[in-house]
Amino acid sequence: MGEIWKVGEIMAVGYGLLIDYEFCSGCQTCEVACKEEHDLPVGKWGIRVLDDGPWQKNDVDDEGKNFNWNKIPVPTDLCDLCADRVKAGKDPSCVHHCQAFVMKFGTIEELAAELTKKPKQVLWVPRG
Amino acid sequence: MEYKNDLGKPWRYEEDGFTVTRTSMWSPPGCHPVGCGLKLYVDKEGKLDHVEGDENNPITKGRLCVRCLALPDYVYNPSRVLYPMKRDPKDRGKDAWERISWDEAYAIIKEKRDYFAQTYGPECMAVFSGTGRSGGIMCQEMAQKVLGTPNACYTQSGFACYQPRSAACSCVLGAYYPEIDYAGGLEGGYDNPEYVVPEVIVVWGKEPLPSNGDGLFGHVVLDLMKKGAKLISVDPRVNWLTTRSEIQLRVRPGTDAALAMAWCYIIINEDLYDHDFVDQWCYGFEEFKNRINDPEKGITPEKAAEICDVDVAKIYAAARMYGKAKPATIAWGLAFDQNQNGNQAGHAMLAIMAITGNVDVPGGQIIGEVPADMGMESEMAAGAGGAQIEKADGAWEGDSTDVISFGGIGDETAQGGWEGIGEELTQKTIGMDQYPLYCNNIRMAHADMMLDALLTGEPYKVRMGWIQSTNLLSPTCCAEPSKWYQGLLGLEFCIATDVFLTPSIQGCADLFLPIQSCAEKDDVNMTHYAGSPVMVGAINKAIDVGEAKSDAQILVDLGNILGSPRIAGRYTTGAEYTSDNRAVIAGMDIRALGDVVYYQRGCNYRKYEKGLLRPDRKAGFLTNTGRVELYSTAFEANGEDPLPYYSEPAFSPRKDPVRGEKYPFILTTGARTYAFFHSEHRQIPRLRELNPNPLLEINPEDARKIGVTDGQWVEIANEFGKAKFKARVSPIVRAGTVHAQHGWWFPEQEGEAPNLFGVWQSNCNDLVPNHYNSKLGYGAPHKCMSCTIRPLNENLDADMSMIWEKFGKLVK
Ligand code: SF4
Ligand code: SF4
Ligand code: SF4
Repeated sequence: MGEIWKVGEIMAVGYGLLIDYEFCSGCQTCEVACKEEHDLPVGKWGIRVLDDGPWQKNDVDDEGKNFNWNKIPVPTDLCDLCADRVKAGKDPSCVHHCQAFVMKFGTIEELAAELTKKPKQVLWVPRG
Repeated sequence: MEYKNDLGKPWRYEEDGFTVTRTSMWSPPGCHPVGCGLKLYVDKEGKLDHVEGDENNPITKGRLCVRCLALPDYVYNPSRVLYPMKRDPKDRGKDAWERISWDEAYAIIKEKRDYFAQTYGPECMAVFSGTGRSGGIMCQEMAQKVLGTPNACYTQSGFACYQPRSAACSCVLGAYYPEIDYAGGLEGGYDNPEYVVPEVIVVWGKEPLPSNGDGLFGHVVLDLMKKGAKLISVDPRVNWLTTRSEIQLRVRPGTDAALAMAWCYIIINEDLYDHDFVDQWCYGFEEFKNRINDPEKGITPEKAAEICDVDVAKIYAAARMYGKAKPATIAWGLAFDQNQNGNQAGHAMLAIMAITGNVDVPGGQIIGEVPADMGMESEMAAGAGGAQIEKADGAWEGDSTDVISFGGIGDETAQGGWEGIGEELTQKTIGMDQYPLYCNNIRMAHADMMLDALLTGEPYKVRMGWIQSTNLLSPTCCAEPSKWYQGLLGLEFCIATDVFLTPSIQGCADLFLPIQSCAEKDDVNMTHYAGSPVMVGAINKAIDVGEAKSDAQILVDLGNILGSPRIAGRYTTGAEYTSDNRAVIAGMDIRALGDVVYYQRGCNYRKYEKGLLRPDRKAGFLTNTGRVELYSTAFEANGEDPLPYYSEPAFSPRKDPVRGEKYPFILTTGARTYAFFHSEHRQIPRLRELNPNPLLEINPEDARKIGVTDGQWVEIANEFGKAKFKARVSPIVRAGTVHAQHGWWFPEQEGEAPNLFGVWQSNCNDLVPNHYNSKLGYGAPHKCMSCTIRPLNENLDADMSMIWEKFGKLVK
């Protein structure tokens, strides 16, 4: 890794976060891990877990899986992809602590390849 | 992409100017003993800088929930109290505390305890506890070993948390509480060749992801889903797991016994049961079958559909799906306890697990091994280290509520009453006359009877109280907290231990003893209070903060000062004490455990074949007949029906339609959030921000009917009390049912009485009465009350910037 890191800049270019929202439980660990890592005060966030739902689906057609409720974590403008951690060879704090192991950090290319392997994933590239 | 990780690092190491201590976290802050792996990063000044998840923990593997991530904000919170304080009992409720030394605090305790014990008899003292904190499970030890009173008391009406289930386990199963087997005790976890991934996991009356209830690390359910396990949910309320379930049975609150009996009906009558297991290991199958099929007391799926208000086809589908899966496992939860009919629901549940052959098999229900009698083979399950346990004096002084939650073993009485306080004093326990099974099963006074004693002085006056690490007035661990407040104010002297000045302490205590957080002490975490063979972890000390002491250190100090025969001269440090009483399960002392940090206990499956469920090492279960008692002789001996039955919740609108007109909404409480452990964490801004206000979930249909919009404040009320909440209009609750969050108080509000940090503002437990227990004294209607709802015009929203101002600047 590291070929696209620009030396001396705390900005990860060419990297992203891949999140499997089929299994994201909405535990909010990513939110608090980020706030602790970056010492963010109340009111500011590096990532937010948004709700898709909850609303009732048609019971019969959906084989009893009767509610649509997905948790979709979205990095904010403050997300720097944990540049300092990554440079030190660590994974981003949200990725490390995610209770459902649904977050991956990597180059856009590798994550895009992962994205083809299963549905219900989302690839975020907060820095360009 | 691969990153550096810390796999294989020692328990303590240096990294980038930090000293890193690996530890297995538990209490305080409270948590069910899950023992998640933490790395505590301490800077050159000896301050905790930040926390990370330890990837070496075999179960959590680096994952953490929000509460441990925010541990520095808890440890260095500006409102934390770091030294002992006293206050004149005349000034209760006032901010009139005076800082004192530990020596002075201990001298006061000795003087008071000796005075009360000598003047009125030691039973006039009582120790009150709550849930999920290390001090809570030391309640009996503080009462019986140290103060010498039998009256330890978990204050929740009917012990409506775990004990109703635990009593059913003792009486029916003759084993510890059966939890889902997630390979927690096996090296390699899910990949261990001995382990089998369950085909079906039933999550029944439990929300394990946020609660981690009973030591079950909730996200293992999600791990197993990814490995192919299918889910069935039984819950009136929608949560994330229910949305991923094949079937959700949204039962009417409080009707679990009927549904469980209907499952038994289908499994038995459709021959989905394990004949070998039933023939060899069960007692009373014919009687049980007859009861299930009884035209009056039995429950057919059709009858259950009517009672539970769910589709009968779904009941059939769910029971068949479970009955045909091998192995299948059930995570059962608090809904069984917060219900007067819970013993019966538990009975039927244990029958489901047993007759399908899922007890103590890989991927089924795992149960803990029982220590052998003195002189018997004393080998615990051979864990990773192949530990051999030699018990020093034959009686394992397991101090957990669960370890001692066994009925029927004569050990304690053989030693002359609980903890050697003598038979006569033991018999004076409040509630012993009426509820001997309850009191003996957990070595405690009966909660509702204790409240009566506090209020009336009958059967005798309780004069000195000890609030052990619980904030009972906040709606967590008692029913009708306003009455408990009155009762506690009647005490002549009251001591309390905690991390923060809670409403309970501000209102009622005269002496405050500050306790250490999990980062500040050497201690031991026993997953699931040692009730499941999962993990024993070391809590490794990393920092010092103020003058706080650990619960165990206070116990040992006072044991020495008061001359407790089981402590004085035997221990000088709390760590020595927990070493002997908890680390022993791992077959090592606390320092050796500290080095390995996590010790997996190994799983001996089918222990009933090997004699490992009985101290006499005979095959079978620890019941009167040695078998799983589908017909419970223990229930029968205690005056309860030996077979399960359904009874309608006392306050359901269906039971009393006239009252139902007045209080038309079924009120449930107690669902867990990620942000808080019960009444804790309200003063941690980064956690409070996740859930700033107490919420009442209400169905859109109902909200429209009564004119409430999302975010509006409302008042819920019934004949017992009232409380204010912010409405969250959502279809996740059934029409006709509302859910109120529990545990609320407002550390940012005025602390002095009568406000007491706003503890009466959103106190849902004030709507729940005492004395609505089962025949055996168990359970309370926290999840099946009813109320009316009134929209409010006022806005009580928390001001998060004020909370950040007040609690955001850490004191390091
Ligand atoms: S990558 Fe780092 S900065 Fe971005 S959301 Fe995750 S923790 Fe926050
Ligand atoms: S930590 Fe993981 S599981 Fe939890 S909300 Fe964030 S992405 Fe979802
Ligand atoms: S579950 Fe308990 S031990 Fe685990 S991270 Fe959360 S608070 Fe800490």
